[in-house]
Amino acid sequence: MAEVKSTTTEKVVGVNGNLMTVEFSDRVMQNEVAFAKVGDARLKCEVIRVRGNRADLQVFESTNGLKVGDEVEFTGELLSVELGPGLLTQVYDGLQNPLNLLAEHSGFFLKRGVYLRALNREARWQFTPLAQAGDKVVAGDRIGSVPEGIVKHFIMVPFAWKGEWTLESVAPAGEWTIDDVMAVAVNEQGEKRNITMTQFWPVKIPITDYAEKLLPEKTLITQQRSIDTFFPVAVGGTFCTPGPFGAGKTVLQHAISRYAEADVVIIAACGERAGEVVEILREFPELEDPRTGQPLMNRSIIICNTSSMPVAAREASVYTAVTLAEYYRQMGLNTLLLADSTSRWAQALREMSGRLEEIPGEEAFPAYLESLIAAFYERAGLVRLRTGETGSVTIGGAVSPAGGNFEEPVTQATLKVVGAFLGLSRERSDARRYPAIHPLDSWSKYKSVVNGKELDFARSILRRGSEVNQMMKVIGEEGTSLNDFIVYLKSEFLDYVYLQQNTFDAVDGASSADRQRYMFDKIYGVLSRDFTLPDKETARRYFLELRQMFMDWNYIAMDSAEFKTQEAAIDEKIAQRSAENA
Amino acid sequence: MRKVYHKIIHIAGNVITVEADGVAYNELAEVTNARGVSLAQVIRLSDGKVSLQVFAGSRGISTGDQVRFLGHPMQVSGSEALLGRVFTGRGTPRDHRPEVLSDLIEIGGPSVNPAKRVIPRNMIRTNIPMIDVFNTLVESQKLPIFSIAGEPYNELLARIALQAEVDVIILGGMGIKHDDYLTIRNTLDEHGALSRTVMFVHTAADPTVECLMVPDMSLAVAESYALSGKRVLVLLTDMTNFADALKEIAITMEQIPATRGYPGDLYSQLASRYEKAVDFDGAGSITILAVTTMPGDDVTHPVPDNTGYITEGQFYLRGGRIEPFGSLSRLKQQVNGKTRADHRAIMDAMIRLFSDYRSTLEKQSMGFQMSAWDKKLLKYGRKFEDSMMDLSVNISLEDALDLGWKILAECFDRNEVGIKTDLVEKFWPEKE
Repeated sequence: MAEVKSTTTEKVVGVNGNLMTVEFSDRVMQNEVAFAKVGDARLKCEVIRVRGNRADLQVFESTNGLKVGDEVEFTGELLSVELGPGLLTQVYDGLQNPLNLLAEHSGFFLKRGVYLRALNREARWQFTPLAQAGDKVVAGDRIGSVPEGIVKHFIMVPFAWKGEWTLESVAPAGEWTIDDVMAVAVNEQGEKRNITMTQFWPVKIPITDYAEKLLPEKTLITQQRSIDTFFPVAVGGTFCTPGPFGAGKTVLQHAISRYAEADVVIIAACGERAGEVVEILREFPELEDPRTGQPLMNRSIIICNTSSMPVAAREASVYTAVTLAEYYRQMGLNTLLLADSTSRWAQALREMSGRLEEIPGEEAFPAYLESLIAAFYERAGLVRLRTGETGSVTIGGAVSPAGGNFEEPVTQATLKVVGAFLGLSRERSDARRYPAIHPLDSWSKYKSVVNGKELDFARSILRRGSEVNQMMKVIGEEGTSLNDFIVYLKSEFLDYVYLQQNTFDAVDGASSADRQRYMFDKIYGVLSRDFTLPDKETARRYFLELRQMFMDWNYIAMDSAEFKTQEAAIDEKIAQRSAENA
Repeated sequence: MRKVYHKIIHIAGNVITVEADGVAYNELAEVTNARGVSLAQVIRLSDGKVSLQVFAGSRGISTGDQVRFLGHPMQVSGSEALLGRVFTGRGTPRDHRPEVLSDLIEIGGPSVNPAKRVIPRNMIRTNIPMIDVFNTLVESQKLPIFSIAGEPYNELLARIALQAEVDVIILGGMGIKHDDYLTIRNTLDEHGALSRTVMFVHTAADPTVECLMVPDMSLAVAESYALSGKRVLVLLTDMTNFADALKEIAITMEQIPATRGYPGDLYSQLASRYEKAVDFDGAGSITILAVTTMPGDDVTHPVPDNTGYITEGQFYLRGGRIEPFGSLSRLKQQVNGKTRADHRAIMDAMIRLFSDYRSTLEKQSMGFQMSAWDKKLLKYGRKFEDSMMDLSVNISLEDALDLGWKILAECFDRNEVGIKTDLVEKFWPEKE
């Protein structure tokens, strides 16, 4: 058995942007964390390549002032995050530095070389033991639990421990801090270790402590009609939302993060605008999660490595986020990770690859881009834990393709591995049709909240409506037959009253699965019906009126009396022109 | 006394490599040659070899010239003495007045902790209806003006600078024509705004490397003012020249280009500048307006494309007017609900009708018959273009909203404009 690598000190021999080269005499490990000393600051870095007696490290901070000959301490450990109670409600940077604490510590700016502990060591947690002295345990087994807001947070045997351990003692029920010893375990070799409430796990390695991976079948309700009905996402599935700038990727992601029926939501703001994160930071503590009655922040963790923060930490941020998601999955929870945007992550990879002078692939992205993207999305999934419970990680990634062109490498590599593609189109956002998910180009492999047959029919209306619309542009309205024209009106009707949704409205912004089924049924009734409409002008006016009534209906809460009144008015309006009544 | 190095082993483009030790990354140096002294900045360290970008360019540098390292990175004064002054890209006076060396701060500082930002909440009035009414500029916003050569973008910048209610204006000129610089300066001077302006100007004739410094110099000064509670407006023109300078250095350094020769870190480079726009929790703010000329009027060109992903919207300046389509202020929702009750309604209704007007124009050009409605739209569209879109229009937001109602009333009936009934009743102008 190879002995554990210890700490060593080596010297800098080169600096190029955020890439640092170090000559070493002892041993280094790939992805080992090191600290470069510049003045009195220690800059965190990670080994990304070893050649001969030289190692290339990406530095997670600005390298200004670094000199040849400066000392670098190697820690012997991989880049890791701390897991334990208190993660929820936190705002971290890509390396799990708590930003609120940093602000207290160093003011307006992110001072380099300052690393604070991710979890609060003073907070006390009410521990309930689940194991007792004498129990035999392995990595991932539950020792006890503490309540963390709405979540029952299990204290587990560190995932990294190998072999079987016997518990010598377990702490009694009571209030403890994260560093208190919750249990003492000993293995067959007689090695004794403490179990506290926290443990470390290397971010780039998936946590695979589960019995088996299952097929995601259940729909993850996001309360967005166009998603849940037309392009659904599964619990434990993956999806991507590519779109050009200004098409509403971030607004859509925010809507999903608010309304999705997940236990824990992790938002990774990766290389995007700081202003957008600020909105989440300031609004989530105020907004109420209707499912629990608590602030949305209580089920959220925000990983925030915005575009002006160091690029290497951006690369780490998505891994930090997915590791936290996997950790909560181990407690039998459904977690949702929203990464905005994976293109910025890919660009971070490209920047490092360029500095390493690797042979570039398409558009200078590294050749391993595809496999890294695939490996990232593969960390999603629905799993059966060894306790028999299920837990899941659902991953949704925004993609920002250069020039809005989906042919570029990041979008293409992502499309290969995701289960749903929600393509946002400039054409729709220019026409203010939000969410701008393109109804003809997008696809999903998961199960919808509504019935398949009716859904196919609705899709065919959208397709034919679009064809008629194209044709009308050439031959004019005069040359279009009345029947075709009505199909076009029906497709516009469906678009306006169902696909489009006003995220900024409290009622329309969140449409429950029941409401979606109810509404869809009514709308299907309109789509599949024959109407007696003598001419195009009457038809247009009729559908405009119908559209207005449905849109008003969308703004009325389902449990109100008004809802029924509006429905009755709509039914009457439909009957008015229905061919059966003619 | 710092050591002087003589062994220049490599000269290419604006980059020289010298053998030296104890040199820090990003440190400044002075290169002395027969033509004089030039500043240079360390951009790569590799064993004993130090690569520097020479601000004045490498022309005339010989292998035996002197390189003296200064022991600090690029700095600029953050003092109030800068107001009313004009500097070059490397921070030396362009106005024949003495250098300012007090309160030196390092440029390109760390980014602001997102936890110390606040949600933007103040409108910046410009008295340009296409901005104030339709795409409101908000304090701490970062917004590019997408345009093409020949458009009056510098005039637009100068106008916004004059009319915006801010404490300090900082102008960063990159690769601009000397004439343009003089025009902007004179305009500011005529209106008495020069005393609250600081300019860093790199003209097309100046060395390329200095162009790279302009945004960082401007923003470092802006940050220093904002921290002392001032509202600062930073105007940058033209960011495409900045990106081209980045490209030039990257290629010289034999970096692998990503798209169209631009380096792979173009996005991060632009973002680290634009993200300096901020509204501090408990101090002032920085608002950034930046001209980005689109080569070949192509918005998918890497520079405007990357910019669009970073900034909070964009103004398209085309044919001397701010285009209503494509132009977008992502932050307008934060403020336009608090201005006047009819603001959002007028904004939406007028744009929707203008979009109908554009499709009517298309129909007209294809020879389809014009209905009575089409004729109303044509009348409306022309009025809108002349009295709203024209850049010479200079009226307050409230007057612009009133004008909007007047145009609507002249062209349409009350129930044709798609505005909620209660607003129409309140604001619809009476027939004279």
